[in-house]
Parts: sequence; C-alpha cells; structure tokens
Amino acid sequence: MSSPNPSPPPTIPVLGPGHNYASITDKISDIVLQFRAPIRWFLGFVVGFTLLQGLLLAIYMLLFKGVGVWGINIPVGWGFDIINFVWWIGIGHAGTLISAILLLFRQQWRTSINRAAEAMTLFAVACALLFPIFHTGRPWLAAYWLLPYPNTMGVWPQFRSPLIWDVFAVSTYGTVSALFWFTGLIPDLATMRDRARTRVGQVIYGALALGWRGSARHWQIYETAYLILAGLSTPLVLSVHTVVSFDFAVSLLPGWHATIFPPYFVAGAIYSGFAMVLTLLIPMRSIYGLQDMITLRHLENMAKIMLVTGLIVFYGYMMEAFFAWYSANEFEKYMIYNRTTGPYWYMYWTLIFCNGFVPQLLWFKRIRLNVGILFLISIIVNIGMWLERYVIIVTSLHRDFLPSSWGMYQGSRYDWSFYLGTMGLFLTLFYLFIRVLPMIAMFEMRMLLPGGGNTPKDSH
Amino acid sequence: MSQIFNRSANQIARFSLVGGALAVGLVAWLGLLLMRSDFVTGANANVTQPVQFSHAHHVGGLGIDCRYCHTTVDSARFANIPPTKTCMNCHSQIWLTSSYLEPVRESFRTGQSLVWNRVHDLPDFVYFNHSVHVKKGVGCETCHGRIDQMAGIYQASSLQMEWCITCHRAPEQFLRPREAVYQMGYHPAGDQLTIGRDLVKKYDVKSLTSCSTCHR
Amino acid sequence: MRDIDLSAIRARLAKQDGTGQTGPAFWRSLDEVAETPEFAAMLHREFPEGASEFTDPAGRRDFLRLMGASIALAGAAACTRQPTEHIVPYVKAPEDLVPGKPLFFATAMPFAGTAVPVLVESHMGRPTKIEPNPEHPFTHGGTDLFAQASVLELYDPDRSQTVMGKGEIRPWSELSLALTSAGAGQKGAGGGGLRILSGAVTSPTLAAQIQGLLTAMPQAKWIQYEAIGNDNARAGSKLAFGDYLEPVYRLDQADVILSLDADLLDAGAGKLRYARDFATRRQVVPGQTAMNRLYVAESSPSNTGSKSDHRLSLKAREIPALAGAIAAGLGVAGAAGQAPASATAFATEVVKDLQAHRGRALVVAGERQPAAVHALAHAMNAALGSVGTTVVYTQTPQANPGEGFAGLRDLVNEMNAGTVAVLVILGANPVFTAPSDLKFASAMGKVPLSVHLGLHRDETAAHSQWHVPETHYLETWSDARTGDGTVTVCQPLIEPMYECRSAHELVAALSGEIKTPLEIVQGFWKANWDGRSASAGAGGAFGKLTDTTGVDFATFEKFWRRVLHDGFVPGTAFAPKPVALAAGAVAAAPAAAAVSPASSGVVPNSSDTSVGGLEVTFHADPSVYDGRFANNGWLQELPKPFDKVCWDNVAYISPRTAEQLGVGERKPVVYGVEVYLANLTVNGHTLQVPLWIMPGQPDGSIALHLGYGRTHAGRIGNGLGYNANFFRYSSTPWVLQGASLTLLDQIYNVACTQGHFQMENRALIRVGTRTQFEHDPTFAQHMAHVPKPDESMYAPWKYEGHAWGMAIDLNSCNGCNACVVACVAENNIPVVGKLQVMKGREMHWLRIDRYWEGSPDAPSVHFQPVACQQCENAPCEVVCPVGATVHSDEGLNDMVYNRCVGTRYCSHNCPYKVRRFNFLLYADWDTPTLKMQRNPDVTVRSRGVMEKCTYCVQRINTARQQAKIEDRKIKDGEIVTACEAACPTQAIVFGDLNDKNSRVAKAHADPRSYGLLAELNTRPRTTYLAAVRNPNTALTPEPAGPATGGHH
Repeated sequence: MSSPNPSPPPTIPVLGPGHNYASITDKISDIVLQFRAPIRWFLGFVVGFTLLQGLLLAIYMLLFKGVGVWGINIPVGWGFDIINFVWWIGIGHAGTLISAILLLFRQQWRTSINRAAEAMTLFAVACALLFPIFHTGRPWLAAYWLLPYPNTMGVWPQFRSPLIWDVFAVSTYGTVSALFWFTGLIPDLATMRDRARTRVGQVIYGALALGWRGSARHWQIYETAYLILAGLSTPLVLSVHTVVSFDFAVSLLPGWHATIFPPYFVAGAIYSGFAMVLTLLIPMRSIYGLQDMITLRHLENMAKIMLVTGLIVFYGYMMEAFFAWYSANEFEKYMIYNRTTGPYWYMYWTLIFCNGFVPQLLWFKRIRLNVGILFLISIIVNIGMWLERYVIIVTSLHRDFLPSSWGMYQGSRYDWSFYLGTMGLFLTLFYLFIRVLPMIAMFEMRMLLPGGGNTPKDSH
Repeated sequence: MSQIFNRSANQIARFSLVGGALAVGLVAWLGLLLMRSDFVTGANANVTQPVQFSHAHHVGGLGIDCRYCHTTVDSARFANIPPTKTCMNCHSQIWLTSSYLEPVRESFRTGQSLVWNRVHDLPDFVYFNHSVHVKKGVGCETCHGRIDQMAGIYQASSLQMEWCITCHRAPEQFLRPREAVYQMGYHPAGDQLTIGRDLVKKYDVKSLTSCSTCHR
Repeated sequence: MRDIDLSAIRARLAKQDGTGQTGPAFWRSLDEVAETPEFAAMLHREFPEGASEFTDPAGRRDFLRLMGASIALAGAAACTRQPTEHIVPYVKAPEDLVPGKPLFFATAMPFAGTAVPVLVESHMGRPTKIEPNPEHPFTHGGTDLFAQASVLELYDPDRSQTVMGKGEIRPWSELSLALTSAGAGQKGAGGGGLRILSGAVTSPTLAAQIQGLLTAMPQAKWIQYEAIGNDNARAGSKLAFGDYLEPVYRLDQADVILSLDADLLDAGAGKLRYARDFATRRQVVPGQTAMNRLYVAESSPSNTGSKSDHRLSLKAREIPALAGAIAAGLGVAGAAGQAPASATAFATEVVKDLQAHRGRALVVAGERQPAAVHALAHAMNAALGSVGTTVVYTQTPQANPGEGFAGLRDLVNEMNAGTVAVLVILGANPVFTAPSDLKFASAMGKVPLSVHLGLHRDETAAHSQWHVPETHYLETWSDARTGDGTVTVCQPLIEPMYECRSAHELVAALSGEIKTPLEIVQGFWKANWDGRSASAGAGGAFGKLTDTTGVDFATFEKFWRRVLHDGFVPGTAFAPKPVALAAGAVAAAPAAAAVSPASSGVVPNSSDTSVGGLEVTFHADPSVYDGRFANNGWLQELPKPFDKVCWDNVAYISPRTAEQLGVGERKPVVYGVEVYLANLTVNGHTLQVPLWIMPGQPDGSIALHLGYGRTHAGRIGNGLGYNANFFRYSSTPWVLQGASLTLLDQIYNVACTQGHFQMENRALIRVGTRTQFEHDPTFAQHMAHVPKPDESMYAPWKYEGHAWGMAIDLNSCNGCNACVVACVAENNIPVVGKLQVMKGREMHWLRIDRYWEGSPDAPSVHFQPVACQQCENAPCEVVCPVGATVHSDEGLNDMVYNRCVGTRYCSHNCPYKVRRFNFLLYADWDTPTLKMQRNPDVTVRSRGVMEKCTYCVQRINTARQQAKIEDRKIKDGEIVTACEAACPTQAIVFGDLNDKNSRVAKAHADPRSYGLLAELNTRPRTTYLAAVRNPNTALTPEPAGPATGGHH
C-alpha cells in the first residue's frame, strides 16, 4: 500500500538522501533565522533596489510631463508599457500552474518549488499592475474610473472593452494568488513562530500563523481550504492570459485580430513563467546549497514543460504566417511580410531564434540536466518572450491600413528605466521574501520523507 | 516556553475578519456620501456679493419678471447678468440715497463694472444653453429653486452630472407649461407625469443623452 | 540636464535680443514651437532619445497639474471645487451684442496684389475665425490657407508693439513730426529725394493718397514690389497689347486648357474663383459627362498639375520652345519653336485639341516664364478666338502697375547714389525678399531717413532708422480689390492691440495731415460713392454706384452701411477692355524660345557625388509664401501639399538626378525623415540644402522654395530652413542655369507627416477615366468587397432624427490645404513643434493624404482629405474602457475629452488613424494673446487626452438650438463645417443623410461614391466621390484593366 520512495528509480529523487524531519526544517528555516545573510544575497538585493530607484524616477517624470516622455506616438500608441505588462503577467503563470494544477495532479515534485513560484507570481503581478495604470494619459483618473461604482456622473465603465475585462481578470488573479500563497504559508509560519529567536519575530510570525497548532482538525480544514483554492486558481491559469490576449484579439488590427491568440498566449505565459522560475531558482539553490531539495529532477521537469509550451508557441507563429497566406487578406499578408522583412525584421527573427529554435535543445536529456545551459536557455526564453510581445504590438501598429499614417517606434530612456525598474521592484520583493519567509514549504518537504504524511496519498 | 498570545487573541482574530470587511464598506459608503455632499457640490452655501441685492425683495416682493434683468435667457446660452444701467432705470428714481446702492451708483458714475461672484458655476467642459431649456418648458425654479425666497442667491441644486441626466433621461418628471416657466412656486394642475408626457409631445422634447449634447 | 536646457534657451534668447524681439518672454512655451534644426540636433546629441520633453512646456504649470493629480489620486477628483469665478456685466450694454453669441463682419484680407473677401467671426469683440463671404460676386465663397491663418497673425505675440527710432522706443508723435517735416522739406525739392516702397497695392484710397502726394511732389517716386509678383505677366501684356492689362480667365467657359508652367488653381489673384470654376467643369453624372480637359507643362509639381489630365514635366527653360512650337502649330503669325524631344507628341496633340475647341480653348502662361511666353499665350488665345469667351482683359487691380524688380533695381541704384533722402517702406520686407544681387540692406545705410512700417520688427526694420508697428487688417479701416477689381471696404474687428499705425496714416502724415484711418477711408468714399468727384486718382473714378439690384443709394449713410454689410462695393469690377495684338508682339517670342538652350542634359562632373548643368527654379513656399507668414505656427506646422514636410523647406530633385548624385531613397526613421544635405553652387555662390526626391520634378532641375531662412521673423520663424533669396537675381528672379550639386555625407532630419507614398495596391483613392465612367459609373464601388449591413449580427440602429454625413469629391480637391488650417482655427488645435512632429505626434484632425501613381518620372498625384469618418460601426467605441468615445443618436462618433483617461486603444483600433493624442501639454495655457484667438465653443484639451474631428459638433449644436428656439427644422446647408466652408472648390459637403434632398444625401447616392476601407465594415459616414480624369486617348491609350486604386 505504501512505497518508501514515491518516484520509481532510476529517476532522480525529488529529495536528496540522508534527510530527516529536523534536518529539513533546520536547513530551510535557518535561511531566514540566521542572523546575517550571505554576501551574495546582499549583492542581489542591492542590484534590485538600485533599479527600483530608476522606476521611481521614471514614474515621477511620467506624472510630471505626461506619457510623452515615452517613445510612443500615433500610430504606435502602445510600446514598452503594454509589452512589459503582458510579459510580467505571463511570468506570473508558472506559479499558479505549479501550485494549483500540479497539486491537483499530485505532482509531488512541485513541493520544493511551489512557494518560491507562487511568490514570483505575486511579485510579477505587482509589477504588471503598474503598467495598466501608468500607461494611461491621466493615471489619476484611470486609477478609479475603470472601476464600476455609483459615481456622481451617473455613468459606468464600458463593459464591452477588453481593458475592463483586464481589470477584473488581473485583480481576481492577484487576489486568489495572494490567498493561495498565504494559506500555504500558515503551517510554516507556525514553525517559524516556534523557532523564532526574537520576541518581535515570534509576535509577527505568530500573528500571521493565525493560531496554528497543527492539530488534526487544523490539518483537515487546512487541506480542504487548500484544495478549494487550488480548484479556484486552476481556471485562472487559463483565463487570465486569455483575457489579456483579448486586448489584441478583439481589435481589428492585422496581427492582433486573430482567434489563435488565447491558447497561444496562455502557452506563452506558462513557457515564460517556467523560464523565470528557472532563472530564479538555479542561482538560489546554489546560494543556499539547496541542491538536495531543488534537485535536478525539478529542473528537468520544468525543462520538459518549457519544451512542450515552447512548441505550442512556435506552432502559433507558424499559424499566424499560414493564416496570413490562407486568408488571402491583403492587410494580413502585408502584416507578415512587414514583420519578416520590414524595418523590424531583426526583432522577428531573433524572436524565432529564441522561442523557436533554442528550446529544441531541451529534447536532449544531457542538456536538461546541465544546470548551466538550462540557466542560459531560461534567460534566452525570457528575452524571446519579451520580443514576442514587442513584435506583436509594435510591428502590427506601425504599419496598418492606411500607408499615409505609417510610422516608426523606438523606446525612450524612460521606457527602459520603467522596464528595468520593474525588474528592480521584482528582485527587491523576491530577495526580501527569501529573507523573511521560508522559501520552501517545510511541512510539505517533511511529507516527502519515508513515512511522511504524504506517502499514502501518493500511492493512488 | 511562555505563550506569545493570551487566549483573547483568538477572539480578536475572528472579529477582525468580520470587522475588516465592515470597515472597508463603511469607508466606501462615507466616500459616496462625501462626493454628493454640499461641501463638495457647493450647494446651499451663501455667496457674498459686492451689492446686497435681494431677489426675495425684487422678485418675491415687487414681482419683477426674471427677463427684466436676465434679458437673453430665452434667446441665448447665457442668461445675461444685467448691466448697471438696468439697475439705474429704477434706482435713478427711488432709493437714491440708500447706502446699499452706492456701489451701483459708483459703477454708473465711473463706468467701472460691478464684479459679481458666480453662483452657478458649471465645469468649463460643460456647454449649457438657457434658451433651449426655457423653450422646452424647464422652469427657472426647477434648477435655481425658490429665487423669490432667497435674500442672497445660493446654488439650490448639486449641478452634478447625475442630477442633470435625471431630467435628460426622463424630462416628463419636471416639465411645465411654457407660460409657467418664469413662475415661482408652480404646482402642476394634476398629475405631473401625465402633464409632463403631454408637454413632451407638445413641445417635441427630445431626451438628449448623447455626450456631445453637453460636452465638446 | 536643466543646465544644458537653460543654457540653450539662454543662447536662443540672446539671439532674440539681437533681433530686438520685444514683448513678454513666452519662450518656455514658444521655444519648443520654434524648434530649430541646430537646437534639435543639440538636444539629440545630449539626449539620444526622449529629447523633446526637455523643451516641452515645463515647470510651474506641470507642477500644478501634478499637484492636482495627486489630490485627484487622493480620491477627490470628482469633488475638487473650482475657484470662484467672477461675472463682470457691462455698465451700459452695447446694442445687438448678445453675450455668448458670435457676430460676423464682412471685410477682406489684402494679400500680394489681390484681396480675399471674408466674413470674420467675433466673440465678444475678439475675432476668432475667418469665414468666406459667399455673397462676393467674384469668389462666391471659399478662402485660402493664408486667410484662414491670418487670425493667428493678428494675435502673434511676436508682433511689433511700439514705434522704434534708432533702436529705442519712441512716441508716435515724434515720428509723425519727423515725417511731416521731411514731407515739407521734400515739397521744396518737388519730392526729388522722396521714395515710397510698398508691396502691390490695390487699395483705391491708399492709391489716391499716394497719387495726391505725387502730384504735390512730381519728383517723388512710388515703387511697388512683390517678391512673388506678376512682373512677367504684366510685361507680357505690355508686349502683346502695348499696355499693362490683367487677363481674367473664365474657366467655366473653357473646354480645353493649356497651362504653361502656371499654377492658376492655387496661385495668383484669381485662384479662388478659378479653382471653383474649374471644379464645376469636372462634375460628372451618368449621361452627362461633359468635362474640360487640362494640359499642364510645368517645371515643378503644382496643385494645378495634380488636377491635369496630361502633365508634362519640363525644365523651365524648355517651356518657351514648347510654347513657340504650339503657337506655330496654331498658326500664330511669326511664332516658331522646336518642342523638346520629350514633348513633341504632347505638342501636336495639344494643338489638335485646342484647334478642335476654338473659342472654348484657353492658354495660360505662368509667372516663371518670360514675358515673351505670356505674349505668346495672349497671341494663341487671340488665334483661338478665345478672347471674350474664356479670357477677358481688364485694367490691372494693382494701382501703379510696374515691373517690380526693375523698379527695385533703379531704387537701389538711387539709394547707392545717395539721391534718396527719405525712404518710406509700407509693409514690405525688401531686406529679406529682395534678390541678393541688389544688396538692399547696405543700400539702406546710405539713406538719411528711412521709415519702415511692418507687422513684425523684421530684417528691414533692423536696417531702418524708424520702425512703426503696422495695424493688422483686422485692426483698421482700408479697402482692397479682388482679382476682378471689385472693391471691398475693410472694417476693423478689434481696436489695434499695440501702438500700431496703418499705411493710410503714414502717408497722411507725410503730407502733413493727422487723420484716423476711418476719416481717410470714409472721406475717400464720401468723395467717390456717387460719382460727384472724378478726382479719385489711380483708384479710378467709379462713376455713379448703385446697389446690386441697380437701385441708387439714397444717402451716403445707406451706401456705407450696405457696403460694410455686404463686404463689397457693387459695380466696381473692371469692365473688359477691347484688345488688339501689337505688331511684333510675337516676333519676340522665337527669341525667347531661342534664349533657352535646346535641352542640354545633365553634365556629370568628375566626382560621382556631384552633377552640374542643373537648372534652378524658385517657387513661393506653399505654407509661408515669400516668408511673410514665417512666424505663423499654424502655417509652419502645415504639411506642404507634395512633400508633406513642415517646419522646413527642402530642395526638390527628380529621382533620376538623385540617382546620378547617388542619393538613396529617403527613409522614415524614428525622428522624422532622414535626407541628405548637399552643396548647391550657382555662379560661385554655395548654399547647403536638404535634398528631397520629388517624383514629377524635371530631370536636371532643382526647385527651391522662398520664404525660409528668416533671421528676424520672430521666435517661431527664426532660423528655419535655408534662404533661397541667396541665389535670386533681379535680372532672372525665377530661373537660373548652370547650377551644380555636391552631395555631402551629412544627414538632416526633416519633419514629414507622411513617410510612405505608395498605396500598396489598396483601393484607397479610386480614380477612373471618363470612358471607364461612361462604361460603368459605379466603377469605384467594385474595387473592394463591402459587407452588406445585414451581414451583421445586430439589427442596425434606426436614426430617427438627423443622420449627419459628409461627402468629399476627389475630383474637385486640389490639395490646397485651406480646410486643414480652417480646422485648426475652428477647433483650438495646438501647434506642437518640429521635434514632436518628427516623433509622429502632429495634432491635425484633418489631414490630406497624398499618393503617387505611375512611374516616378511622370507620375500622377492624388489628394485625399481624411478626417474622422464617423463610422456607424466605429471600432474605436467598443474598446474604450471608460466610454469616452460613444455614438450619438445622430450618428456622430462623440469624443468626450473630460471623460478620456488616455489608454490610446481607440487610436489603435481606428483603421484611419485620425485620432490625435495629447502626449504632453500641447495647448498653450500661458500666452494671453493666443488665448484671445480660442474658439469658446470648443474645449481646450489638456494633457493625456485623445481628440479628433466630430464634424464641428459645436456648429451642429448651435444650429439645433437655434432651430428649436425658432420652432423649425434645421435647413440643409445651415450647418457648414469649418473645412467645408473654407474649401474653394466645394469638394466637401456636409448635411443630413435622412433628408433625401440634401446635397450630401445626393452625393452619397452618386455612383462614384465609395467608403474608405468600407471593406472592414466600419460603414463610414464620410464617403468619397471617385476622381474621374479626362485623358486624351491619342496621348494615353485607355488602361486595359479596371480603374487604378486597387481591385476587387
């Protein structure tokens, strides 16, 4: 009925040998509780924090001068702002997927990475949320005119607009992810409370632990709640980026007006999401020597998912080209012609290289197991996914129906400081997270041990 | 190891779940109230003027018609604030020595205009036209209130958009016969809705709710 | 970063001081508008991208906005209280002035030897908008872009404001004293030392004043000079008829027209009337397809050429030969000439066609051609029996007609000889506009007393001892003549804003009188209105004047009121004069043809980056004319018809010449369009010019536009472009030979609003030939598949009331740009400056798209005005999250500025890209005079807001309210949009589609009517009437395929 090792050999185990309850707990909680963080943590944090200042400056200039500080114009009225928005939202997806769907599928290899991934989701959504607000001409109004509430003008938002759907999709996504993440934290917060060495720590962790005592009843309620939340967030993985893709698919612009956008965006989101998880965890496990808990098995599985989603995305590119030809629509045809040979051809072909060809390397196990190359690939994929949004937005806008109003676009340095700035925000938040919260779910790791609470579940 | 929290902590936690939700709702509700309050709309607030002109006296007491001073109310967008000359038509004969009227006389002597403070101040992106409303049977009183009872003029309505469109969406609730437009204290002879519906037909009143009706 | 910015601005201000610009320092907002290439370049060096925001309106204002923003973010936006406003009523109300209702006054804009009759809209005493005067017997309505922009000229903060003597502010009294004494002093000498230099004057009153002065001082001289005048035409008429005569064309009578380098639809005294008449002869309906046919041979693309059925691009020097050949073909005695090889077929066919239409044919010669060619044209018209039918000759509307360049040369000689004691310059700017060989500036130094009257303290003001601010025509009384001689009495709309004087006052002061313009002008007409006095001087005795119905005026008061009300003096048009060709008129023609060397091809020089043997032709700039409008932001930002360049002038060369130079195709880049600079050398003088490859430009010929390179224009116009006067010679002011170009390895960024010129086989502009139209009148509707309304899932909305719509006739539009400026003036559209235009952020709601068709060497060009199409299925509406752009129940696509949060999604989803966005705070909230121009019926948009055309909804609402007050329906033609009103060709029609008898409903029912991009099922409310050309099949065999502009 029970198998000591849930994953049959010869596959690499999801937990290194020689661990027991105490060692896992010590290992993980000490990262937070140790008095001083490793120097490499400081380095990373300083980088992020510096970039964050750039973001603040850019926001100030934006409010002071107007969105004209960016490179946008007519016809290209969306630039880095929406590119980055879509990019960040996409990155968020891996977290939800790992925590929700893999949980429902009983994929126990998720346990060591889900917490970090969920945190990543939250922070990515936070970064993404900046753009819908600040890309508007009058953010001080957009901030609340987009919300339906009984105002003195007696008017409501226009619910036919995909931008309104965005507001709901993204805010729901953020809320559910936050709840899910926090719920998952509760048992560990209790552990932290008990192990905290200072009074302040005890109080804070204690308050957050909501009086968790680990009783059987607690566990039973906890498991139910966690499963319900998992069920809630599962559709979100698909819905959020589907709605985001509507921002484009609903319009009549050649290059945007396409029915394949939802699946292709969702795939792209998961693709970039896992790339980002790798980009974050590979350095992390070496910094904190977590090779036993984030094993090659995890990395390889994520690489496999990247391969699959990458192929779907590539298929999407092919389809765009095919439909342009098959539709015999002169505007669609010109759109592809312009993407491949127009002024932004290099963007398109770099994108094909990053998202089309590089992932093919993941067919080879030797590469999937090579941490260095994997890290490199994850970076390339992140770039590729950013370029994809650039190509979709800029090359579709800059040459549409009337040749008389064609134009060109180039990001200004405020565009760049916004982009790098959000990375800074993301890094800052993430480094703070690993400093104050256990970045791996300790209790779930314990379940992976022989005789751990998890073993009976795994058998069926 | 000593307990960090005492037993009451659990109650506090449970309450804060409910209390937090309640607090948010309360704040939102107060916000909505504030947006519509006189403090924000400026309604029912007294406005000091260079001359202590009393509509209560001139309209209520003497029964002077609105159009005697506000001459262009039925022909133009702007319901004309009377020139000093209009005041002097009478006040060159009566109340010659009243100290209240000194600013008026001075203005007439020196040719320097009186500077009134605007009471009904619509936002600059709103284009309102008096003449059409008068033509379609919207009484002065409907928006400006009982002028004949106001010693000093104050803004009787919120002048907020939702206030405008209550009428623009269903004019029959407010219309009155043209002959009663300038009448104060008008009461419909019978059911307002039936009268209103007839007037809507009679005066061919369109309920214009296109944005460009008021905003350009 | 601020340091660099400030230092730059300081430098520029220092330059201002050099030019002695006065007036409050508005540079924070204007400097950006006055973006000069060097300044832009400097910024680019300092800030590779995003440079602009450092010169955008900045500082306090934005800071306040930001504070406002933060308050709003605090959640109080809906609740912010406005500061208390004040109401300041009259003490005694003026009669017939209703607060909030505009008044219209008739007057005329005097302009370069003619006048544009206009009605001026006045809000509470502020003239805000120029409208045409449809009652006028000559123009019948329509205005040009200069008239539309003149209202901004009035409010130009850089206008000269005080009398200056030797660079210091002086009282007018002192100058008038000086003038009077000078006048008195000259009287003794019979005025031997007195010279008056003016632009072309048509004002009878001023003419009479000056003539009076001249009779008192016989030795005094009056020189009239226009940098872009019609000397050659006048000389030609003298050559042909022995007297200065003005040909007045009757294009409505002409079946076949040959234009020899003449831009008669968009230049000259009669352009408004000619454009209108020409358009009426291009109207085709099934069954009635009588059209005129236009042949054009020209030395550079012109609006007239764009409407031609056959266009031949020839070097200017080759056209006399062509004219000679055609004249010979027509049997004009003494005419001879060998048409250039490329033009022989053209010549023979033109001859046939002209002869086939004797009496209904017309030959027109352009100012760029020598007098002999004009004489030839007259002779040809005589030979064709057209005199009296398609052309009549009248006395010239210009008082004191002369040959300006010659006159100016004599004047300069006298000045250098020191015989000129007093030089009075009335409104002209010779120091800038005079040909460089005259060295007018240095000559002025030799004149003891020089007085300059001008709107701006321009180059000439800087070189004269006295400068007097001139009253704008909207500020003073005067009178002027239109092309046919009809007089308009100009009345002031506003008190002079500064210490200004009019030419009338100056001349009066010279003859020792101190009079107001009203006294002078009214006095003149008192003396002349009923023919009592024949001493009207050059203004001409008008004889007994009657009103339009032929009834005498009872009193002068009645006459005066009627004249001011109507905007013209009835019966003052010149009567046609009988003419007889002078002997030897044509004998001179072959000589003229001979002087032009048989087309000597381009001479490649030793180095492959330079070519010689080029011809240079000079042209009026389409936007700033001869430079007099250089400080007018509206005109500077106006894309010129053919190159779509603004804020600059470029040098046109043909594609072949470009190849020889090794110039690549210019490429649109992020900052405008990159073009090559080249050194242009003529007679040892060298100037750097940006090269522009212009299809249809003759090979081996360079077209330069005058009016740029101003140094004392003002904060907007200074230092833009290059000064083509540098090359001009008073002997050959229009054409130069033997120029050479050397390509420099330097790139120059030009602000160009249309970087792409091909239609990419999309059926955007649809053109057919007359035969195609006769074969299938609906040819235009078959060029794209338009979905049926019932293909939609939703039932179409029923428009019970009005359904506003517009129709634009591509057959009439000649791309003159008047509508664009009218739109800017009516709708408070801001000027954004060169750098913002280069970034693709121009704000024009109405643009004129221009596409080439055919080979780049001999293309035909098409214009298409594009504003918001008011789609019934508007793509912009569904994507706006806050409902800031929504459909009105009359089918308008409303734009609600105060609701817009600026997501820009609507612009992306607009296939016409007609929406404009305030990326920064573009509207000028500081300059007081500019605020006076604003249209109070249209919101001044702030930062972060989308804006666009709404069919002048403010005019629709005004009309609706008026109709309601008067208990009536809105009449067809009661609402006239700004663009429609301004259009001289009546190409634009607006009205109610539900009224089946309305002009617009008829236009939509026209078989030529098609919707732009209607295949997207946007169902635009604006439709276009396809253009129909009338080519001579002998010259161009009918195209086999369907009409151009794409296919089904």
